[in-house]
Amino acid sequence: MKQPFPFSAIVGQDDMKRAMVLTAIDPTIGGVLVFGDRGTGKSTAVRALAALLPPIKAVKGCPVNAERATECPDWANITDKQTHEIPTPVIDLPLGASEDRVTGALDIEKALTNGEKAFQPGLLARANRGYLYIDEVNLLEDHIVDLLLDVAQSGQNVVEREGLSIRHAARFVLVGSGNPEEGELRPQLLDRFGLSVDVASPTDIEQRIEVIKRRDAYENEHAAFMVRWQTEDAMLREQIIAARKALKQLDTPEQSLRDVAELCIALGSDGLRGELTLLKAARAYAAFRDDTALTRGHIRDVAALALRHRMRRDPLDDAGSGTRVARIVAETLGT
Amino acid sequence: MDPLLRAHTALALLAIDPLLGGLVVRARAGAVRDAVMAAVPPHTRLHPTMGTEALDGSIDASATLSSGTLTQTQGLLSQSGPFVLAMAERAEPYLAARISATLDCQEGHTLIALDEGIEDEALPPALSDRVAFHVDLEGSALSNIAPAPNWPDTVLLGHSPAQAETIDAFVTLAVRLGIVSLRAVGFALRAAQAHAALNGRVEPVSEDISVAVALVFAHRATQLPSQEPPAEEPPQDDLPPPQPDTEDTTSSDSLPQDILLDAVLAALPPDMLAKLGAGTAARSATGSGAGRKKIGNRRGRPLPARDGGNAQGRVDLIATLRAAIPWQTLRKQDAPHRTGPIIRHSDLRRKRYVDMSDRLLIFAVDASGSAAMARMGEAKGAIELLLAEAYARRDHVALVAFRGTGAEVLLEPTRSLVQTKRKLAALPGGGATPLAAGLITAGELARQARRKGLTPTIITLTDGRANMTLDARADRPQAMADAQTVARTLRQDQIEAMVIDTGRRPERSLADIADILGAIYLALPRADARSLSAAVTSALEP
Repeated sequence: MKQPFPFSAIVGQDDMKRAMVLTAIDPTIGGVLVFGDRGTGKSTAVRALAALLPPIKAVKGCPVNAERATECPDWANITDKQTHEIPTPVIDLPLGASEDRVTGALDIEKALTNGEKAFQPGLLARANRGYLYIDEVNLLEDHIVDLLLDVAQSGQNVVEREGLSIRHAARFVLVGSGNPEEGELRPQLLDRFGLSVDVASPTDIEQRIEVIKRRDAYENEHAAFMVRWQTEDAMLREQIIAARKALKQLDTPEQSLRDVAELCIALGSDGLRGELTLLKAARAYAAFRDDTALTRGHIRDVAALALRHRMRRDPLDDAGSGTRVARIVAETLGT
Repeated sequence: MDPLLRAHTALALLAIDPLLGGLVVRARAGAVRDAVMAAVPPHTRLHPTMGTEALDGSIDASATLSSGTLTQTQGLLSQSGPFVLAMAERAEPYLAARISATLDCQEGHTLIALDEGIEDEALPPALSDRVAFHVDLEGSALSNIAPAPNWPDTVLLGHSPAQAETIDAFVTLAVRLGIVSLRAVGFALRAAQAHAALNGRVEPVSEDISVAVALVFAHRATQLPSQEPPAEEPPQDDLPPPQPDTEDTTSSDSLPQDILLDAVLAALPPDMLAKLGAGTAARSATGSGAGRKKIGNRRGRPLPARDGGNAQGRVDLIATLRAAIPWQTLRKQDAPHRTGPIIRHSDLRRKRYVDMSDRLLIFAVDASGSAAMARMGEAKGAIELLLAEAYARRDHVALVAFRGTGAEVLLEPTRSLVQTKRKLAALPGGGATPLAAGLITAGELARQARRKGLTPTIITLTDGRANMTLDARADRPQAMADAQTVARTLRQDQIEAMVIDTGRRPERSLADIADILGAIYLALPRADARSLSAAVTSALEP
């Protein structure tokens, strides 16, 4: 298969790219929701992300990609304690995937042929320590959504069915994309996404031309194009790794906590999750910018990403919540 | 270009460059469509109701059981060659997403979608965006049928990067035609390249480019461009031109915009203007989550397990074993060396569930002074009759009243008739008519209910003389505008609605709101409760 379109070669869509880089720096931010028109590069960005992420170390053959042998689940019967480097998993959750496929279930094949009661891990196991990508997330069936809500919250997948009693770690960054015209997302699921981005087709003709040119080069001068942009991707990857380190030493002044809290109160966002996410996102952004302390500027730049989807919906608001956030951020933190 | 020739050209281009995605053929089954299908190379046929197992393959239970080793069936999507999706307008979101993902892999798959939709039924947009071509054969007659032109057998597809001015021309034209998705331009570039190859050229010339825009852009246009391209507007005096070279895009000699535009216009169906925007305005209520009632195999109330080896769904182990037990002695005699139960294909039982989605009737009742208390009694009577009906069908009922400055939920969704009647009887009247507020409250209730899997319908009973705005000011025009805005959001969320005019004379503005809601409008100038109830019931019946 052809290599995916490089992440750095995506024209514009800065918000989307920034949100994805931030979750790569700090996975606990909790996922990205990308909503927007068709043909704006949503799927392209997610597939490109896989090539961008630094590899992780995992125990060989472990179904949940555990880092140490002690963290492998018992049912996997891992005897070999060797670890190897694997690319960060980016797992697709297709619409209409059955519950069995998502959580894992009794391995029917083994049960019927050998009479053995074995567990067949599902997509949640494979996505552990990586990304779980749901395209058209707003069309996902309700019972799968319920399941994801629970697992995304607890970081643990519990399977109690057909005489099995299995639990395993399932910590992943949830990435969803969808087209709002086709249906809304349940607020509970909306809240589980740390960051949310609205993407639109670029309206600037020059930008649109650049998109087409790059796509054309990707298809017709593949080798040269990939060499050029993979270098950019590698630089971005280095930056992400450096930012992960810098994040630990980042200074968070008292004033920033106060700013975040004031902003969330002014916006009337539900719950404390908004504050936590905003703080984490701002810290990751500061680390990415290679700054030593969190400042108002960082908070201002990521506020819309972290808070846009947490506000009560105003049915008469045509402008979209992004502009509302921007207005209130300007009022609270100054420009 | 004649539609049939366009279809043949599209198929020829697809054979040259599969990355064009595919072709939507909009036509009823018939000789004209068959003539197009005759030109399609050997293909895999898909059906809208196919589930995961058919598409992606699964464990072949019978082969696995008889051989004792794991045997997988091949999914249809792993086959090579074009897919032909029959009755494409019925495709479920899941199928659309699955085929989209397969096309996105770019491994040479193409999709020929046979769309037999009537009016606004159509292929899921996620799919139609991913295929380059669309041909409407609806107007073609038998006399139009002609064999496919003789294209050369082998064509060499050039892989030269597109010229900058071609890209400029395509992007500008797409913007003028209101085509948002950037995939369209990519498809047009590919189509031009492929059409050049088809005619033995390495580089596309202007003819290839005209054909490409006609095939790719015409059906995607959402607006007809103004005759003057925007770049040629006289520059405003007080502003410096933003970019000095914008003139180049239109004054390019090799590709005059107007020639391309003419190519698109020639391919547009004559009733284009009428159809513009209809695609987004009249959406049917699919894909919104809750259905009415379905027998499925994933959730809901369990039904007895069913036999059937190739059906989708989970194997019900207990039922399977139970079916196998009576035969064990006989089978053991045939295979004395085997241990454990011997299970054959015919023993397999699959789980089935029935999933009922209950209906919720939300009554939004105008309790204002203007709703004239005289009519109020009739409205109440009608609701009571409807409630009796609802009880028989085990529907849920909720009650919202609006008067004065706001609306309140008098009764959360319930099945309790007694409670509903009591609330209704005690419904106070008087004050202004905040129609918008009433619709908002009812809409919220409907959205909540939908998340719980109910199928909500909002029944608004009002005289339509809205005179209270959302911010509680007495301003008649603004109140009406507010109500219309709210109605639009309800329509967007595809909430079913019905408007019952309880005024003494039918109110024009209320019919407008019903129109925005996509709702049935019942004017009842002189109706009694029983005929109102009958009208509502017959309107609600599918």
